[in-house]
Amino acid sequence: MTNDGPVAELDGVSFGYTATPVVEDVSLRIDPGEYVAVVGPNGSGKSTLMRLLLGLVRPDSGQARLFGEPAHRFDDGARIGYVAQEASASKEMPITVREVVKMGRFPHVGFGRLSRDDARIVDRALETVGMAAFADRRVTQLSGGQRQRTFIARALASEADLLVLDEPTVGVDAESVAAFYDLLDSLHDTGITILLIEHDLRAVTDHAERVVCLNREVYFDGPTAAFVESDALARAFGTAMAVGGDAG
Amino acid sequence: MSLLLVALQSSPLDAVLWPLYLLLELWTDLLFWVAGVTGLELLQYRFMHRAILVGLCIGVMAPLIGTFLVHRQLALIGDALAHTAFAGVAVGLFLNGVLELGVSPYLTAVVVAMLSALLIELISEATDAYNDVSMAIVLSTGFALGTVLISINAGGLAVGINQFLFGNLSTVSMENAAILLVLFTVIVVTVAVTRNQLLYVTFDETAAAVSGLSVGWYNRIMVMLTALVVVGAMQIMGVILVAAMLVVPVAGAAQVSRSFSQSLLVSVVLAELAVLLGIGVSYYAGATAGGVIVLVAVAIYVVAVVVGKVQTAVGDETVAEVGHISAEDADPTSD
Repeated sequence: MTNDGPVAELDGVSFGYTATPVVEDVSLRIDPGEYVAVVGPNGSGKSTLMRLLLGLVRPDSGQARLFGEPAHRFDDGARIGYVAQEASASKEMPITVREVVKMGRFPHVGFGRLSRDDARIVDRALETVGMAAFADRRVTQLSGGQRQRTFIARALASEADLLVLDEPTVGVDAESVAAFYDLLDSLHDTGITILLIEHDLRAVTDHAERVVCLNREVYFDGPTAAFVESDALARAFGTAMAVGGDAG
Repeated sequence: MSLLLVALQSSPLDAVLWPLYLLLELWTDLLFWVAGVTGLELLQYRFMHRAILVGLCIGVMAPLIGTFLVHRQLALIGDALAHTAFAGVAVGLFLNGVLELGVSPYLTAVVVAMLSALLIELISEATDAYNDVSMAIVLSTGFALGTVLISINAGGLAVGINQFLFGNLSTVSMENAAILLVLFTVIVVTVAVTRNQLLYVTFDETAAAVSGLSVGWYNRIMVMLTALVVVGAMQIMGVILVAAMLVVPVAGAAQVSRSFSQSLLVSVVLAELAVLLGIGVSYYAGATAGGVIVLVAVAIYVVAVVVGKVQTAVGDETVAEVGHISAEDADPTSD
């Protein structure tokens, strides 16, 4: 599952849901093993950028590529783990942590059933994120932080090369957020590429290696240390702003 | 053999369905035997044998599909499709009444309901409207079409339509029971094969799309299966109450189940309980089966809510956060 070229790439991409572009002429390259965070004000196009990178929407112009293929045609979904703020199901859905993590194996088994090897991979993913003790608990009974770990375990179970997180810590208490980012750091150390869409600038600067600051167009793309020293944030937000608080 | 001869001499549909007629005969023999052993009066009638079989099938396929619908917050789609199935029945009765075509109203209901199911998805996709908007449009259109067709030829149609509106145990024919067995098989096999995909799309649509699933196709499969359930269940439940079987047992199961697999099983058990009790009570009370089945299902739901609350109060619902977590010792990606 190694890839010599970029994991994800945008080349001069513009896109809008209406005539007004949400992202405009954005170029971006994420290489294997990188830990990249995308920051920007509300409505800056962060989530749209993620959707373009994942092939969920097609660019109006420019090219989006995943593992070297046009993103909208990329079909090896097992290589990508996705973690959002919430799942789309009703909050009352009776589903256990283990059942959610098993979904990570679905791209591998297709219409078949999970094997013992699949079950072992699921167990290991649960252990990795510290959720083995809660495997048979309903997801609705978990705290926000535990729910996010469950989704990360699902990504691990799929043996993803790229982990994409869309504002994963919204509504999660501060202590759990710290544990969550420690987990991401540990996973990054194992070689997983991480793309983080985040409003919490402190978390970004403490953990990510590289920051992309977006507000329709890219205002900054470089190492985190350089981002902290730059005025990109103030320019992107159109106001005097320094790292140390929420960007969203 | 006599059944085969009769089937071959009748309509082409009967010729196709005759193996299922044999199955229905075996079922009838079984229930006559049970009637002999138990002395139950309601099992001494062939129409009740067919009604019970249809009810048992509804008790499996309705919650099976309803589980996915309810947790996608599409509980009302059954209602919308039931109204379009009503239009389909009206189309069938109209064709028979005016053009003397001799088609089964259930088959026209299947066709119209499935087309309507696709239309709901199409409207949502083409206009970015919320699902409830497209459901409301299709529901209204279906009911309007049905009422217009009935009003054009009110004579025979108005009489025939009642059994479809309110359901009727005694009007489940061999042909309709056989058609239902076909629908039942299609639904159960499809869900069994696509269970993983339907579950993933239901739980987390975006993550499912990222994992490579064609969410649009699975949505279409889901609404078309719903259309089949609605038409199948319409015979006993009636158009007005058919959606209840998609929702009420599932809502009850969600109260007491700990996992998705368990909720599927529990919802089927609750639905079967409602169907069998409902048919029994309606037979002895002389009441409409659909109404009684739904009332029993709602009573079971209320009990499930109470049991669920007790479970929550008694069980340990406190959740302790886990402290330090490290991926260094266990890396599932290395497998």
